[in-house]
Amino acid sequence: MHIPDGYLSPSTCATLYAFAAAGWYSALRRIKHVFAARTVPLISVFAAFSFIVMMFNVPLPGGTTGHALGVTVGVIVLGPAGAILAVSIALAIQALLFGDGGITTLGANCFNIAIVGSLVAYGVYQLVAKGSDVSSRRRVIAAAIAGYTSINVCALVTAIEFGIQPAFFHDAAGTPLYAPYPLRVAVPAMMIGHLTFAGLAEAAVSAGMVSYLQSADIGLLRGMVPAKVGAVSGPDARRAPGRLWWAVGLLMLCTPLGILAAGSAWGEWSSRDLSARMQDQRSNSGDQARHLTVPTGMQRLASIWTAPFPGYAPRFIRSPMLGYFLSAMFAVGLLVLVSLIGVAVERRS
Amino acid sequence: MQDAYLEKTIRGLTRAISESLFSERMAREPGLLQKLDPRVRLAGVLVLVLAVVMCRKLEIIASLFVVAAGIACLSRVSLGVLIKRVWLVILIFTGIIALPAVFITPGKSLIAVGSTQLSISVAGLRTAAMLILRVETAATLTATLVFCTPWNQILKALRFLRMPPEIITILTMTHRYIFLLLETAQQMFESRKSRTVGRMPESERRKVVSRTAGVLMSKSIELSNEVYLAMLSRGFRGEVRLLTDFRLAARDYAALSAFVGTAVAAIWSGR
Repeated sequence: MHIPDGYLSPSTCATLYAFAAAGWYSALRRIKHVFAARTVPLISVFAAFSFIVMMFNVPLPGGTTGHALGVTVGVIVLGPAGAILAVSIALAIQALLFGDGGITTLGANCFNIAIVGSLVAYGVYQLVAKGSDVSSRRRVIAAAIAGYTSINVCALVTAIEFGIQPAFFHDAAGTPLYAPYPLRVAVPAMMIGHLTFAGLAEAAVSAGMVSYLQSADIGLLRGMVPAKVGAVSGPDARRAPGRLWWAVGLLMLCTPLGILAAGSAWGEWSSRDLSARMQDQRSNSGDQARHLTVPTGMQRLASIWTAPFPGYAPRFIRSPMLGYFLSAMFAVGLLVLVSLIGVAVERRS
Repeated sequence: MQDAYLEKTIRGLTRAISESLFSERMAREPGLLQKLDPRVRLAGVLVLVLAVVMCRKLEIIASLFVVAAGIACLSRVSLGVLIKRVWLVILIFTGIIALPAVFITPGKSLIAVGSTQLSISVAGLRTAAMLILRVETAATLTATLVFCTPWNQILKALRFLRMPPEIITILTMTHRYIFLLLETAQQMFESRKSRTVGRMPESERRKVVSRTAGVLMSKSIELSNEVYLAMLSRGFRGEVRLLTDFRLAARDYAALSAFVGTAVAAIWSGR
């Protein structure tokens, strides 16, 4: 899963570096808040541990062996922020010291394995283990499911990154410049190995380690992160909602930017758009495209639901820019309302 | 065969230690990269890798491959090491990935395979060649940097790229403790192997691996506590300060301009 240099285009690498940088920044802030001066030695030694666990061969059915990533156990013991940093450091050392994984793709590898992997593992583990006792069997099963799911989601994200390369990055003759396979080849090719061997290895190591820690060092499973961390505390957290409102307001102001884009988004055509595109195709390529018509199923389903604000503008508003603003305000208001109702229901229960 | 997983792991751990010793030794050779300031080395290799990734023409990537091989040879990395450790490994790994593209990429057919529908297309060959050559070139460059630069110098150079000091310190300490934990893991697996008699069921073998990982984790957390106490006792208060002692010589400037010039020329002509 460590992508070497040359498989991804520079713009994909840059985008994923930006995503990874955002993840590192927030993880570092959070972890410094929790562990203060202990951050440096804790993350360093844990990163060294992650590096070594990635080299362990796990025996699998059929006499083969596979490698695990050990992200899930990192998440259980250190929390997602700690795991993101420790696994990223381990990946950086693999790239810079052992040439395993590329330099331009380091952002992509950290995003896929450390960030996506940790967050998925955290979510699944919380979901399955919620409310159970630290020494219960459910924790072991939760670790196995979290490990299996997280490594497969990592593989899927990696496959999507590979699969979009030929569509966006090819030369004038259509020859792919980077990873050559489209999504329909890249996704199954990547997933077969992970749904079977790699997924099993990760599930086995995560479950085995949790079960071992339950009997030998249960303190680690209670989590080194204090329970209330990340909840509202400290001056920063109190300011955060204010900042969030500013950001939402700014994004709403930016909504008319959508008008600048010509045509409709690829693959999001209405049956009328599609029919117009096919008309063009027919007139360009003559007889060859005679058979192109809008699928009947699409025409039939198109009339089932008519949006109240088609094209992000209520019918009675002439100016498209004002229509965009109003649509954005309406949508944000609706979402805030739904979340307020959700919070009220949760408090009552 | 049944404890192959133990042997494989022990071999892997030993190889990691010996590989890093190899680069410590290589770094002392009087080669081209070794004579340059680490910042110039790192920046030079980074711009060249970037050029390799940005290039869109096969011919230009091929010439960058020649440049990369030239830099490796001038830095006294032997051809045998390059072939064995870099070129062959990538040829096998990326080759397997690129092979189907030769057949399934649509384009002018070059050779039909037997009487089947399969045919090798020109576009397919170009796609596969582009991928393999790109990966080979980038890996040759990074491997040369890794072989010729001790880790502490790479870290010093990273500081120059405005990496936060905490991250640099974490990278330094991780590197230091990787070797300690590598040795610990290796000893645990060796002692396990020496005590294993007869055939162990598969589930038991998996348990051995995950329990070893569990023990290693407990040890790591304990170790980090001890390291923290040791740091506190030496006056650590959570702030990290690093020393910088680099000076650029004339040849560093010359090399840096050569690296950047080559990269810019490659990106320009490979648009």
